[in-house]
Amino acid sequence: MIRHLAGRVGQAIVATFGVLTIVFFIMRLSGDPTLLLVPEGATAEQIAELRHELGFDRPLLVQYVAYLSDLAHLDLGESLVQRAGVAGIVAERIPYTVALATGALLVALGIGIPAGVAMAVWRGSVLERALAAFVLTGQSLPTFWSGILLILLFGVALGWLPTSGADSLQSLIMPSIALGALTMSTFARMTRIAVLDELSRAYVTAARARGLSMRAAVLRHVLRNASIPVVTIAALEVGNLLAGAVIVETVFAWPGIGQLAIQSIASRDFLVVQAIVLFVSTVYIGMNLLADIAYAIIDPRIRLKR
Amino acid sequence: MSGRLSPGIIVILTLLTAFVFAAAGADLLAQNDPLRQSLLMRLRPPGTSTATTSYLLGTDDLGRDLLARILYGARASLLVATLSVSISLLVGTILGLLAGWLRGWTAILVMRFVDTMLSIPAILLAVLTVAVLGPGFLTLVLVLGLTRWPRYTRVAFAQTLQVVTLPYIRAAEMAGCGPMRILLRHILPNIAGPLMVVATSEFGLMILFEAGLSFLGLGVQPPYPSWGSIMAAGRQYVQRAWWLTVFPGAALFVLVLCVNLLGDWLRDRVDPTSRSR
Amino acid sequence: MTAPALSVDNLSLAIGDAVVVDGIGFSVAQGEVMAIVGESGCGKSITAQAIMRLLPPAIRRTSGTIRLGDDDITAISERAMQAIRGRRMSMIFQEPQAALDPLATIGTQIAEALRQPLSRARPAVRKMLEDVGISDPDRRVDQRPFELSGGMCQRVMIACALISRPTILIADEPSTALDVTIQAQVLDLLRHLAIERRTAVVLITHDMGVVADIANRVAVMYAGRIAESGPTEAIFAAPRHPYTALLLASIPRLSDTPKSQLATIEGRVPTPAEYGSGCRFANRCPRADARCSNETPRLRSIGPDHFTACHHAEAMA
Repeated sequence: MIRHLAGRVGQAIVATFGVLTIVFFIMRLSGDPTLLLVPEGATAEQIAELRHELGFDRPLLVQYVAYLSDLAHLDLGESLVQRAGVAGIVAERIPYTVALATGALLVALGIGIPAGVAMAVWRGSVLERALAAFVLTGQSLPTFWSGILLILLFGVALGWLPTSGADSLQSLIMPSIALGALTMSTFARMTRIAVLDELSRAYVTAARARGLSMRAAVLRHVLRNASIPVVTIAALEVGNLLAGAVIVETVFAWPGIGQLAIQSIASRDFLVVQAIVLFVSTVYIGMNLLADIAYAIIDPRIRLKR
Repeated sequence: MSGRLSPGIIVILTLLTAFVFAAAGADLLAQNDPLRQSLLMRLRPPGTSTATTSYLLGTDDLGRDLLARILYGARASLLVATLSVSISLLVGTILGLLAGWLRGWTAILVMRFVDTMLSIPAILLAVLTVAVLGPGFLTLVLVLGLTRWPRYTRVAFAQTLQVVTLPYIRAAEMAGCGPMRILLRHILPNIAGPLMVVATSEFGLMILFEAGLSFLGLGVQPPYPSWGSIMAAGRQYVQRAWWLTVFPGAALFVLVLCVNLLGDWLRDRVDPTSRSR
Repeated sequence: MTAPALSVDNLSLAIGDAVVVDGIGFSVAQGEVMAIVGESGCGKSITAQAIMRLLPPAIRRTSGTIRLGDDDITAISERAMQAIRGRRMSMIFQEPQAALDPLATIGTQIAEALRQPLSRARPAVRKMLEDVGISDPDRRVDQRPFELSGGMCQRVMIACALISRPTILIADEPSTALDVTIQAQVLDLLRHLAIERRTAVVLITHDMGVVADIANRVAVMYAGRIAESGPTEAIFAAPRHPYTALLLASIPRLSDTPKSQLATIEGRVPTPAEYGSGCRFANRCPRADARCSNETPRLRSIGPDHFTACHHAEAMA
């Protein structure tokens, strides 16, 4: 198992470097990154001065090495717009996004997995068809549309829940549902396929031949076997949740890093945007690695292989 | 792929065709100019009519006809999706074919690149690139096209690996067929099926991405209509003008639903072993 | 006379409109090994599943009764059936490794047959592993199926099946997926345990060699019907159905001259759609005549405990 995991860690490191490099190049896509960062109406002298100060006049390779070394020290630069350290600005908002992502994940898991299991076990029934329609809806609903509709219904029309901001736990409800909907349908589909796959295996019939009811066979044997592929998907979905948070946070005025990213783009604070993209990508890679580790632990076939 | 089409799939195809016609024929179908503003007619509810014309679905915050804007908005959605999927499909398939055919170091490099690209959530990459390059239709298409190709490469690679071992490919090689000929005439048709399935689901996703990015102000720029940007305005006026949210969103939802259902149907036809429905 | 351990009467199974098993019946006495033999597709496996009431949803029973001793279990509730499975009636399957949960220890799975957690059932499980010939049982109890060979997995299956001392064991091609040497060991084990515990065994197989090895009685199935049934020796010595005769003839023998032609049966098994009236073997049968194609031969007695469904049975003496 150790060797298997060492390989995965290696892959994660390669991916991280890849991400860092891609972001580095995107920031220089427009030619001179200084132009992205200067305030409006700066003179040519001021631009040249800034360029020198930020080191954008050095050879590309030197810049790249400096960039990597800065990141290694967690130095994300200073925002020229807000006149504060980028790392601090971003770190302040992270807990909000984490809360939102957690809420959405709970919604997605809590509804998606039971729905998927039900669809597989009661295949061909009316229940399955109803759930399938429900899942399809979740998959096709644009996040911002469902978000605004939720606001219309529960915020404006019924007045039950706050329409924006992050003041209370209740304000977490609608954003979590909006963000979790798409992921819920992915979990439901994956779980359904995984469970159907397991149900067709001989050991299920053999377990029933030992006297287990279908319910016991599913609970005791099928679910654990089916959870293996689902766990991997869960980690990937966290990445999607973080990405989708950009939209949901905008719709609900939720003060997380997604909203920060959009605000920073509007105010041309690109160092903040870069920091956010790097952060989210690293988390995503980290989650994938976590999923691989979890997979290795759950599946003893991998754990015990020499 | 043969056999009769079920009524369900006919309904879906009809709806999709309707969308395409609505987009293409927006000039003819729209009663009003989608760009014409009118301060008098701001935020009017659906069914409002004046002496000269009527606004079936109401007007937006600048007095523009919502129905017209929705019809033209269909163009943005469909064009962006079609173009970006075409780019991704082309780039992704070529890379996947090469990796599967040449194997060895080429395959390792390509697939590592694919893994890296897949490690970055696409929407963030899109957001960053659009931010740096400035928003616009072309930027949007390029960004979407060049960030989604890895999905096609994965499938093309896996399928090519399978097909390349088939005896008749070896036979073609021995008969003296050049690699280009083999790739295009023999391998490509065999891997086209699963690629089409990916393309369909990506098409739906690209429609959503375009709408989402436009919603954030990073997509199709005003005054040109996009369902996403209409809904961004709708968010602002959610209490006064529900129609700005409901109608474009409904159009978006129905279109994506149809595309997804089409994708499912296609998957069942092309690859019955994948058992999604 | 006590009732046989298992008796099946006029069992018919259908997939949609197609009747795939047509009115078959047999019985197995305590301590007896009864083989049901036939080619792939003749319906023997689904007959076994029907007896255990583990048919896949697409297949349904359209007629027949199944008796366990004196009890009619044909229409009892699923709950009642669960009480019987693993306790009075067990089944073992063709691919032993696929038939075990890859993530659960074999000890847990054997204990399930006793309806007990492993903690309580450990001594019994350990003893059973010994009985089926698995060495180092204390270590094996906590291992998972992938750590065992195919032959050992089949022994584990047998342990699961026999630990609660059922009256009937159904073995669906238990040795087919195993190497030849292991096959012999597993079959030996089955026979040994059956004799020792007086278990009635229904052995599903396509291999006449296996039948000769351990079966007391045999029923030959063809296209969903029983062609011939009776004591193994009688049938092997003097088959009274052309299909049986051809099956026996197609087994290669040491006495065959080298490079002689292997005997084959022309044609192939008909699909349910191709069943006509009359004998289903008629189109491949060397003895078939007009009567065979028009009139379905009924299963009738042709000797002590020996039945055949052929119009020309007498002519084969």
